[in-house]
Amino acid sequence: MRDESTVKMRAEKVNFYYGRQQALKDINLDVLSNKVTAIIGPSGCGKSTFIRLLNRMNELVPNTSLTGRILLDDKDILDRSIDAVEIRRRVGMVFQKPNPFPKNIFENISYALEVNGIKDKHYIEDRVIESLQKAALYDEVKTRLHESALKLSGGQQQRLCIARCLSIKPEVLLFDEPCASLDPISTRKIEELILELKKDYTIAIVTHNMQQAARVSDFTGFFLMGELIEFDRTETIFKSPGDKRTEDYITGRFG
Amino acid sequence: MKIISAASALSKKMKIKIKEKLYELTFAVLAFSSLAFLVGIVIVLFREAMPIFEKLNIGDLVFGRFWYPTYDPPEFGIFPLIIASFWVSLGAMLVCVPLGIGSALYINEIASKRQKEIFKPLVEILASIPSIVYGFFGMAILAPFLQGLLGIPIGLCAFTASLTLGIMATPTVTSIAEDALSYVPRSFREASYAVGANRWQTLTRVVVPAAGSGISTAIILGMSRAIGETMTVLMVAGGAAMIPGSPFDPVRPMTAAIAAEMGEAPVGGDHYHALFAIALILFVITFVFNIAAEFVSRRFRIKLGLSG
Repeated sequence: MRDESTVKMRAEKVNFYYGRQQALKDINLDVLSNKVTAIIGPSGCGKSTFIRLLNRMNELVPNTSLTGRILLDDKDILDRSIDAVEIRRRVGMVFQKPNPFPKNIFENISYALEVNGIKDKHYIEDRVIESLQKAALYDEVKTRLHESALKLSGGQQQRLCIARCLSIKPEVLLFDEPCASLDPISTRKIEELILELKKDYTIAIVTHNMQQAARVSDFTGFFLMGELIEFDRTETIFKSPGDKRTEDYITGRFG
Repeated sequence: MKIISAASALSKKMKIKIKEKLYELTFAVLAFSSLAFLVGIVIVLFREAMPIFEKLNIGDLVFGRFWYPTYDPPEFGIFPLIIASFWVSLGAMLVCVPLGIGSALYINEIASKRQKEIFKPLVEILASIPSIVYGFFGMAILAPFLQGLLGIPIGLCAFTASLTLGIMATPTVTSIAEDALSYVPRSFREASYAVGANRWQTLTRVVVPAAGSGISTAIILGMSRAIGETMTVLMVAGGAAMIPGSPFDPVRPMTAAIAAEMGEAPVGGDHYHALFAIALILFVITFVFNIAAEFVSRRFRIKLGLSG
């Protein structure tokens, strides 16, 4: 199942607990450079929990604990000497529900640049426009960059969140069910965007939607009750899964 | 048989309709009665204040520098009282806004869950303590303490009143501001952290602006509480109806003047009507405040695209 590409992120023997409840059991998973890795599984299987470990987002949830290692370019990001802020700059995240700030469209992106210490106004302006273009949103909003982002449609908001993410030039993009609250047309736009972004970024996406995983991903991991049941090329997972449980899920017998 | 059941179904429908109408009517009456009270208060204020406006022009009344209602001839210049209210309230704001918002930020952002469970109810209890208790505290403890500490001639002065009022209004501001902060969706914070913002940036540039409308409501409610507060200023401000030369001069805010003098002013006399004029001015000020508050928070919501 190895490709010619290199491992960008790697989870090694990851166990994760909410209080005493174990949410992830001994997860080993590789995310390869410039590939899309999909994580599928029924609700509550731990897939969102897992992806949120990759940019240390779960640290914001109180009363959790973690064992194992998570590597980014062979360095353990859980190392205490590494600042979570630094990791989140390199590993961007797009959430399940579009979450633009209650600011205008321009400020939504310039905020990301400013908090990362960029002050040059012209440079910020260029980056905002460039990010909106990359997120395939610029043409729709170029005449109203100073209107509230909350006035955009759900799909546009999500692309704005992607643009915001891209503006600080991360290396990895995490998508946590990015289309869960979107209509089919917006969903298609986001999927096309993901395929486009794959050229420049390493992508991991959590999805409920198996067709979506099949359409956009190169590799797929199937999670069930906190365990990684199977991980392989997407083709293999969908055409000839190795595990009975994967097959049951994919053919819609549960979940 | 069929006809009868149809008829009974019809009458059941009628019954429900009548019931609904009754509910509607009850609530309408309740809603209008509160409006009627407001209108009634305004009418009484105007009617009782009018006679003094017939004797004095409004400029002399509002900007008159001397309030000697019991002299012969009396002087009804409200300006010292307005100035007193203004300075005392402003001073109170300088105390309660930073304290209140600071505590709200602490409770919401920094305190552990355990601390939060202690602080939040504590603040709400503080907010419900009657103002006379604060007044007593100001008079018996704060005033002598400040007198000794600052070496001022009188402990009961505008400064002490501001401090007492400020302390009194702080829990109100804290409580409302904390509510506003806790209504900020977690998704905003997550979005901010996800682009590599630190806690301080997230707090000052995302969370506080998003809670801005609620925080400004907290400030304005704190302000109304300060400006309308009577008992505390009556006890602590010192009571001298003069234009203060320094924060350590005793003053007599509008509310204190009304409360202290209403009992002694002969009903229907000039003094009586002048006190009503003070009440009317106070009413107008708070009314303008509330309109301004409404305006600010609406502007805010529109700016955020939340409505309008």
